Amino acid sequence: MELGSLSDPTQSTFSLVDEDHTFANAIRFTLNQDPRTKFCGYSIPHPSDNRVNIRIQTTGDPAKDVFKDACQDLMVMCQHVSNTFNKAVVDFKLSNSVEGMDIESDS
Amino acid sequence: MSSSNENTTSSSGSEQSDSRNDTLDFIEKLSDVPMGKLPPHIDFQRTRVDCKADAPIHTDTFQYSGAYASMGVDNSLLDSFSSNFRVEVIRLEKDEMEFDMIGIDPAIANAFRRILIAEVPTMAIERVLIANNTSVIQDEVLSHRLGLIPIKADPRLFEFTENNAANEKNTIVFGLKVRCEKQGKRKGPKREGQEQDGQTRITVKSKDLVWLPNGSNFALESEGSSSNSSSKPKTYTSFTCSQDSLPEFSSNPVGPTDGDITIARLGPGQEIELEALAVKGIGKTHAKWSPVAPAWYRMLPEVIILKDIEDELAEKLVATCPVKVFDIEDIGNGKKRATVARPRKCTLCRECIREGKGWEDSLSLRRVKDHFIFTIESTGVLPPEVLFTEAVKILQDKCERAITDLC
Repeated sequence: MELGSLSDPTQSTFSLVDEDHTFANAIRFTLNQDPRTKFCGYSIPHPSDNRVNIRIQTTGDPAKDVFKDACQDLMVMCQHVSNTFNKAVVDFKLSNSVEGMDIESDS
Repeated sequence: MSSSNENTTSSSGSEQSDSRNDTLDFIEKLSDVPMGKLPPHIDFQRTRVDCKADAPIHTDTFQYSGAYASMGVDNSLLDSFSSNFRVEVIRLEKDEMEFDMIGIDPAIANAFRRILIAEVPTMAIERVLIANNTSVIQDEVLSHRLGLIPIKADPRLFEFTENNAANEKNTIVFGLKVRCEKQGKRKGPKREGQEQDGQTRITVKSKDLVWLPNGSNFALESEGSSSNSSSKPKTYTSFTCSQDSLPEFSSNPVGPTDGDITIARLGPGQEIELEALAVKGIGKTHAKWSPVAPAWYRMLPEVIILKDIEDELAEKLVATCPVKVFDIEDIGNGKKRATVARPRKCTLCRECIREGKGWEDSLSLRRVKDHFIFTIESTGVLPPEVLFTEAVKILQDKCERAITDLC
């Protein structure tokens, strides 16, 4: 849910239900990495509400677009982490099985 | 300074902008103004936590992309992320793995950790139907103990219950029926090495839980009397088919990850008969659904010797460190010098710099801010490497959800 003003789309607060520090802090990082962001921050208004408010102020672009792009950035990052991780695991398993074979051939 | 201010505020004129460029060029050419590169002390603040004897300093991360714009340095990680990010697997076992994640911000690394602990779904016993329990352990305590047993079943093959009736797609049913005979003889499924002569008590273990792929055998009381005798009596679950006929379970039967978990102890004449219904859930709701035990990371320690530490001092240093980070090397003439042999082992107890200023000047304990030593201990439900990829997928789903919510 977006809480912004009609006259000025460059600043709004996004209220996300069922999210917490996990997502909000990660998205705050990608938002900060975007040069169009003038300010961003998040707060959890009440600890027993499953809700975070993410505040974005931009240098000119609509806050909604910047927020969407930040989500896209985070998704691309996740995809890259996943690929790199899987490759590292496969490489590790391969190199270990090769070592295992060497031991067998030696004995 | 004043001239440059004037130029930035005034409208563009060819001579003015020329003079401005000249000033800028002049400033950039000064030997102590490193352009395009951070001065070493700022770069140190950006990339390292410096652990002093009293407290660590420079613990913040600098996330804003323009934080160093005045020095001509782009602080955004996103562009360089794909080329700089690295994963190195250190240890990979059945239930445990350790790997280095290099070139990532703590915000993202912490998101993965939090998701691993609280948001990767698993199966756990949620409802227990107790037909008989004459043991000394109360029903509710018994149920709680059952709930905490990790269940080896791939949670990706199941659905969340979400107020639906228990069916073969969202529930796993286990039966438990154990009785301790007066003579101490055990009834129920026989186990090797369990039956001992003269035994008066028995221990109920998690391996006594029997998977019931056809669902519950307990008839619903209200329905039991009214339903006609030809059809099967209605039970607490409504399975349309047997779970073990499904291809994904036929090769990999469902059960507790460890058969040796004590559930209860029975004295002579005591008996437990129950059915346990396991459903899909996440660790946020209850820790029993957490697939890790636990997952954590630490930043890579970096131990730097700034001034040579020799002879007695070196020996003292080696003896002080409880995790044996330092070694002694011989530098000839009977002289010894301390070297950093195992920096990765450093726990930052700061015992080595505790004794005073002298030590702090010759030793520097640091942590690398973007290098995480990640350890995942799985409860055995899924292999740790699968858990991590699941966690990454969940963060991705969150982003996707946020985007669709906006439209």
